[in-house]
Amino acid sequence: MIRVRIAASAVLLAFLASLAAPPGAPAQSAPIKIGFLAPLTGPFAQIGKDMVNGNQLYLTEIGGQVAGRKIEVVVEDDEGNPATALNKSRKLVDQDKVAIVTGGMLANVGYALQPYIDGQKIPATFPVIAADDLTQRKPAKWIVRTGWSTSQPMHPFADWALKNTKYRKIAAIGMDYAFGYEIIGGFQQVFEEGGGQIVQRIWAPLNTNDFAPFLAQIRRDSDAVLALFTGRLALQFLKQYQEAGLKDKLPLLGGGTITDETVLPQMGDEAIGVITALHYSQALDNATNQKFNKAFEASAGKIASYYSEATYTNARWIVEAMKAVNGKVEDRDAFLTALRRVDLKESARGPLKVDDFGNPIQNIYIRKVERVGGKLQNTVIATYPAVSQFWKYKPDEYMKRPLYSRDYPPCRYCQ
Amino acid sequence: MIPTFEKTKRRAIVVGIAALVAAAAVAPTLPSYPLTLLTQVAIMAILAMSLDILLGYTGLASLGHAAYFGAAAYAVGILATERQAGFVTCLLAGVILATAIAALFGLIAIRATGTYFLMITLALGMVVWGLAFRWVSLTKGDNGIAGVPRPDLPLPWNLAAPLPFFYFVLVAAALAWAALGTLARSPFGLTLQGIRESETRMRALGYDVWLHKYLAFVISGAFAGFAGVLWAWYNGFVSPVDVQLVTSVEAVLMVALGGPGTLAGPALGAAVIVFLKNFVSVYTKRWLLILGAVYIGVILFAPRGVLGALRSGR
Repeated sequence: MIRVRIAASAVLLAFLASLAAPPGAPAQSAPIKIGFLAPLTGPFAQIGKDMVNGNQLYLTEIGGQVAGRKIEVVVEDDEGNPATALNKSRKLVDQDKVAIVTGGMLANVGYALQPYIDGQKIPATFPVIAADDLTQRKPAKWIVRTGWSTSQPMHPFADWALKNTKYRKIAAIGMDYAFGYEIIGGFQQVFEEGGGQIVQRIWAPLNTNDFAPFLAQIRRDSDAVLALFTGRLALQFLKQYQEAGLKDKLPLLGGGTITDETVLPQMGDEAIGVITALHYSQALDNATNQKFNKAFEASAGKIASYYSEATYTNARWIVEAMKAVNGKVEDRDAFLTALRRVDLKESARGPLKVDDFGNPIQNIYIRKVERVGGKLQNTVIATYPAVSQFWKYKPDEYMKRPLYSRDYPPCRYCQ
Repeated sequence: MIPTFEKTKRRAIVVGIAALVAAAAVAPTLPSYPLTLLTQVAIMAILAMSLDILLGYTGLASLGHAAYFGAAAYAVGILATERQAGFVTCLLAGVILATAIAALFGLIAIRATGTYFLMITLALGMVVWGLAFRWVSLTKGDNGIAGVPRPDLPLPWNLAAPLPFFYFVLVAAALAWAALGTLARSPFGLTLQGIRESETRMRALGYDVWLHKYLAFVISGAFAGFAGVLWAWYNGFVSPVDVQLVTSVEAVLMVALGGPGTLAGPALGAAVIVFLKNFVSVYTKRWLLILGAVYIGVILFAPRGVLGALRSGR
């Protein structure tokens, strides 16, 4: 018994001692480390994999080095869980001594990381996390968003719908969480200012298994339906929408994720004709995108999505900033300034630059699902160039309004 | 049974004190990342020990412990960010809220036993999760509450730094352990163990079984709330994830892994799970597989938990 106890104590001590192993001191010629968070286990694992692959693809293309220094990526699984993401960021910053933290997918991960990143004064970029307020009412000093803000594509989308369709009464159905509120809210804000009406707002729980009861509620006297779903829910919603016979009666508009390329290949005719808005489409016709598409399909064995494009372009963004500071990323202030000054004249999703709040000003594409060469794709039918997250509003006036939520904008035309 | 039983208790205490002293001694030499993990271990240990009072001593497997843990964390998150509440207010509000919820849920859950108790606590836990998720005006919903400041105590050390906060949490964990240990050894605790072994016999002996179980339930919730308060300060962030089923299940696993009914065992279980999660996942994406293998190994070779195995001298 005593032996067992001594052995246990010894193991415990050895374990604790092993934790204390000192990390190597970073030098000017040492590799630059990029800390990369992605959900690699759990329901978002596939998206996490796309994110890792996109990032890796760009770094491989440039030979894995910049300004004479090797680039090393430390990938960590955040499980799509804010507490885990915080833990892993601490590890990346304290133990791996990364020069920059990037990645992450879910809004709550973004909100959880923000105080930590600003507290540590560590440069960070968010290629996917889109929660509006991260670059609006609560902008983080040390985070540059290289992706998008949730409502950014929806403002021009509403403008497009007003100008190009006869839809004036739209019923909205979305996932019951912040991402859903911001997508639907952004559309509603501009749509109603332009004379349109959102006549219904239905919120479906994230664990919905059957859409029939929700579809039954949709007002048949509306002109069209605006829907926002992601992943499995997107697949199921579109299928049931067609089965319920609604597809031919009520045209479907949607937030970009309802037909994004992580779900589109698994869809059939039910997706054809759905019109959505996003800052990217895999079918975008520009040289950088075509090159990216080819390379991504060759390396990952599947078609590119907005997630892989996000981290691909994000990696390029980071590397551009590293070039601008000549590889001296240890000067964090200079590195952050460089990250904010990146101005890409072309990228897979078009020109990109950052506004004063750290969000890209970029093209927004109105896309329609078509079958081309036997495969479904998001064909771009209209482009809004250089769209700000604040649309045409003045930033301070925009931010005086509350964040889009379950109750805002209020549903004036609902019955 | 009695002599070995007493010996086991002593052994658990020795192991526990050794772990506390070792952690305190090693802490100053640690870089900040492992130190924050140790801090997390100490907080999770409190949660696991609180559940042990129910699961290990009373024989009631609760799958809703994240409710009290999370509710307390939310209380701290909301008060500290919106009312700039200080140490005492946050601590009291968190623990009282958790206790109140446990007192309410106990009324509903204690009538059942076994699987039914499990299902009821699970459902009640989901109610709290639903509130955290849907009561957006109060909890900020899915986005969570960010920027929860650590308390400013009249101490020479700033708790915002990892090392002072670790010692702060370590002392809290030691106090919780001492309190729960005293409780477990008290006549009240012995009655709980009697109820675990045979409810009918205890009832025949004239004990108010319902009341004992109810009190154990409430006390357990209060300590889970205490852990939740520390958790909010530790992460500076509260979200529905803290209240969800996975957190409850993890607490149960910590207890099962370490050895139910030993207090120090569940604390050890907390340490094993936190380190496995954070270290193994660095080396392989298949870390869940390894965690699963550890669970299965423990169930097969040490069904009474790690400390239970030490108890039988193997």
